[in-house]
Amino acid sequence: MAHISVTVDGTSYQGEVEPRKLLVHWLREDIGRVGTVVGCDTSNCGACTVLLNGRSVKSCSVLAVQADGCEVTTIQGLADGNDWHPVQTAFKECHGLQCGYCTPGMVMAAVDLLSENPTPSESEIREGLEGNLCRCTGYHNIVKSVAYAADLMSAGPTKGAK
Amino acid sequence: MTAALETDTALGKPIRRKEDAHLLHGQTNWTDNIQLPGTVHMAILRSPMAHAKITKLDVSGALKQPGVVAAYGAKELGDLNGGVPCVWPVTDDIKMPAFPALAIDKVRQVGDCVAVVLATSVAAAVDALDSIVVSYDQLPAVTDMEAALESGSALVHDEIETNACYVYKMPCGDYEASRAKADVVVARRFINQRLIPTFMEPRSVVAAPMGMSDEITIWSSTQIPHVLRVLLALVTGIPENNLRVVAPDVGGGFGGKLQCYREEILVTNLAKKLGRPVKWTETRSENMVATHHGRDQIQDIEIAATKDGKILGLKVTLLANMGAYLQIITPGVPLLGMFMYPAIYKMDSYDFTCTGVFTNKTPTDAYRGAGRPESTYAIERIVDELAAEIGMEPMELRKKNWIKHEEFPFTTVAGLTYDTGNYEAATEKALAMFDYDGLRAEQAQRRAAGDPVQLGIGISTFTEMCGLAPSRTLGALKYVAGGWEHCTVRALPTGKIEVVTGTSPHGQGHETAWSQIASSILGVPVEDIEVIHSDTGRAPYGMDTYGSRSLAVGGQAIKAASERLVEKARVIAAHQLECSASDLEFVNGSFQVKGDPSKSQALGAVAFEAFTAHNLPPGVEPTLQAEATIDPEDFSYPHGTHLAALEVDTETGQVKLRKYVCVDDVGMQVNPMIVEGQVHGGVAQGIAQALFEGAEYDDDGNLLTASLADYLIPSAADLPSFETGSTVTPSTTHPLGTKGVGEAGAIASTPAIINGIVDALRHLGVTDVAMPASPQTVWRTIQAAKGGAK
Repeated sequence: MAHISVTVDGTSYQGEVEPRKLLVHWLREDIGRVGTVVGCDTSNCGACTVLLNGRSVKSCSVLAVQADGCEVTTIQGLADGNDWHPVQTAFKECHGLQCGYCTPGMVMAAVDLLSENPTPSESEIREGLEGNLCRCTGYHNIVKSVAYAADLMSAGPTKGAK
Repeated sequence: MTAALETDTALGKPIRRKEDAHLLHGQTNWTDNIQLPGTVHMAILRSPMAHAKITKLDVSGALKQPGVVAAYGAKELGDLNGGVPCVWPVTDDIKMPAFPALAIDKVRQVGDCVAVVLATSVAAAVDALDSIVVSYDQLPAVTDMEAALESGSALVHDEIETNACYVYKMPCGDYEASRAKADVVVARRFINQRLIPTFMEPRSVVAAPMGMSDEITIWSSTQIPHVLRVLLALVTGIPENNLRVVAPDVGGGFGGKLQCYREEILVTNLAKKLGRPVKWTETRSENMVATHHGRDQIQDIEIAATKDGKILGLKVTLLANMGAYLQIITPGVPLLGMFMYPAIYKMDSYDFTCTGVFTNKTPTDAYRGAGRPESTYAIERIVDELAAEIGMEPMELRKKNWIKHEEFPFTTVAGLTYDTGNYEAATEKALAMFDYDGLRAEQAQRRAAGDPVQLGIGISTFTEMCGLAPSRTLGALKYVAGGWEHCTVRALPTGKIEVVTGTSPHGQGHETAWSQIASSILGVPVEDIEVIHSDTGRAPYGMDTYGSRSLAVGGQAIKAASERLVEKARVIAAHQLECSASDLEFVNGSFQVKGDPSKSQALGAVAFEAFTAHNLPPGVEPTLQAEATIDPEDFSYPHGTHLAALEVDTETGQVKLRKYVCVDDVGMQVNPMIVEGQVHGGVAQGIAQALFEGAEYDDDGNLLTASLADYLIPSAADLPSFETGSTVTPSTTHPLGTKGVGEAGAIASTPAIINGIVDALRHLGVTDVAMPASPQTVWRTIQAAKGGAK
């Protein structure tokens, strides 16, 4: 067992983990952050995407011990209190989710995409989200959501409406 | 007297979804999130072989591993090794071999369950599988349907002495007479390949004995909590009244969670046996072999017509792959397509034969569209081939043969009566959105110029039958269950409304849409309505969600129950206002005395009166609630016109979908935003069948596409945005005027894509292209047409 210390959504967690344990399983099983989900076992689907020190990673392809000393942001820590992140607002406004299972990963990937490219074209959004699979929406409204989030974010620091 | 629909209500508005807030914040309740004290986790030893005798199985080694609580093979499990049920014995002489949860003596598919380990953690359970000793004596795998039917073939089930599960015939009119009259007969063999549903949330099930009562609660990632409760009671012998089934947040289904799975049976039985919670969640790789597959038909189709393009008759001969076992409606899926081969076309005769075939592959069952995508693909492809054969523009051929707007209601050659439709209007709108003539001109230019990238235009003018109801019809087809739906509407003392529905959403937005329906009748704001669903303890009656039935059937129940509630409230309000019920009008959620709007009582106030019951009229019972169980008189028949423009690189075989336009007529729309989303997702899945997906097996019955690294579901980068439109021809058999929409896109889009690819390449001699139309397949098809390498 290895000792790790990780800050998740602003709270510091310490614990002993098996060295083989994946970050996503540690989040879900050890500290109860079940908002981040598992959709595959080959790192294809991206449902488990979180931010690790501000950049998106598939948390199934990171060992928990590799996150030692890092800061993790999950879908559960994205909103600022009662104020939704603009990407969350945009996904609701544009019907960018149906069953919602890919949503935690899709939203976190979109947040990272927009931090890198605040004004993406449609094809840049599509390429940027290539590592996140959705089976419900055909991506049409996800692409619209991300474009709308870019508009909201470029409009200034006003907080997304609920 | 019924409550009139308010003109300015929530109905028909693109209201943003109630469901989204919790999903967008990770405040979710997926089954795998449930962690009960004392839970043991189940891991499954699955067969690595498609067909083998189990010559030795010893689970005792697993029992010595850390954290292991129990381990079982079929022998150890004994009577608790329940059988997976099939509820659709389509013919009297259908062969229905047993499907034990844990294989007995023989495995018949890769992924068959051989043994289970239960341990205090998932990791301990999985690790202990390595300590189970199992030996197999490999048998020849049955993988090819035609070979499976030859005498001397290896048998999937020895005891039934054949691999033919059933033969179903439906002759309508005299096809041979039509054929004799025809100037042209076009015959094709289409392969509707095997697909894997691939909902994003893997299946998960938790069963827990609930303390001092005899109740066992089962949380399952299922589309059918109500049906599952009945089936688990029948299979396990646990009294139905002691079973509560809950489908919490469910991450997609597409038919793949319309099932009573062996893992659900095992977890339920083992929770009872061990007296503690048992949990199992599949890995994605398990999902690929153990969750049922869809499609997998060989379709021989023949169309007879006059030389000027009048369709006379149609003959369809199917081989439908059942896989290794029959699951809930495995044999019935091709029959859901059977009625729809004639589709929107008028003809004199139709001859249908389907043979169900056992193979050593994962069982097939419902996948988005279930039978109708297969039939729509075959008819829309053969109509294009007929057009090419007689040199007629493919849309003109369709117009010549389709049922005209003024001919509805129309009884088809297959015996269905389509209530309404307007193929002209949907097509006209789609052609305009698409710029059909402009693209045809560009196509001609490219062809004349010998452009290596050719343009193809694909057409699909589809209809389908959905909204699975009416119970009597389902019964006539030997389907064991009914097709009704239930709703209870309650006005709580504080004026809040509960809509208790028997539908079970997993992405469709029922909480929002059902609130809109109830709001439009009750005059209560959408946000004051809570939709209760997917829990047999809280919503006891229902037939669940599949077959695009939730709005088409369940929506009518919400309307009827809401109207009944208003009528009960009217009597109470009249008593309070000291007038007769007929003197009241119900406006914006309030009863008003006609001619004296100052005298009124809001529904919420009536609810409080019904709660206190201090001053109710004689004979009126306290509480304000009403229920309705609705069994529509017919299926619903959405239709539409889908058009695809594809660029096909004749040098590489690469296909680029440049433009996709669809106009769907799903009747009255409760929430057009949700309707559009359903169309997008369906269209994407249909395109994926045409271009990307296919479950591939080798000759030994190994699934080669057994992970998301190998089975290609499209990403955002693989698809374009879609241009959607709609026409509204209300259903006359469904009081809300609605039709189903969940499956329409997936039914319509596949032939549009393949027709488009063939259209781009027809001048090269190409008359068909296999699915999925990968660059390699398209390139080889072009080469073969040129007489070159195959």
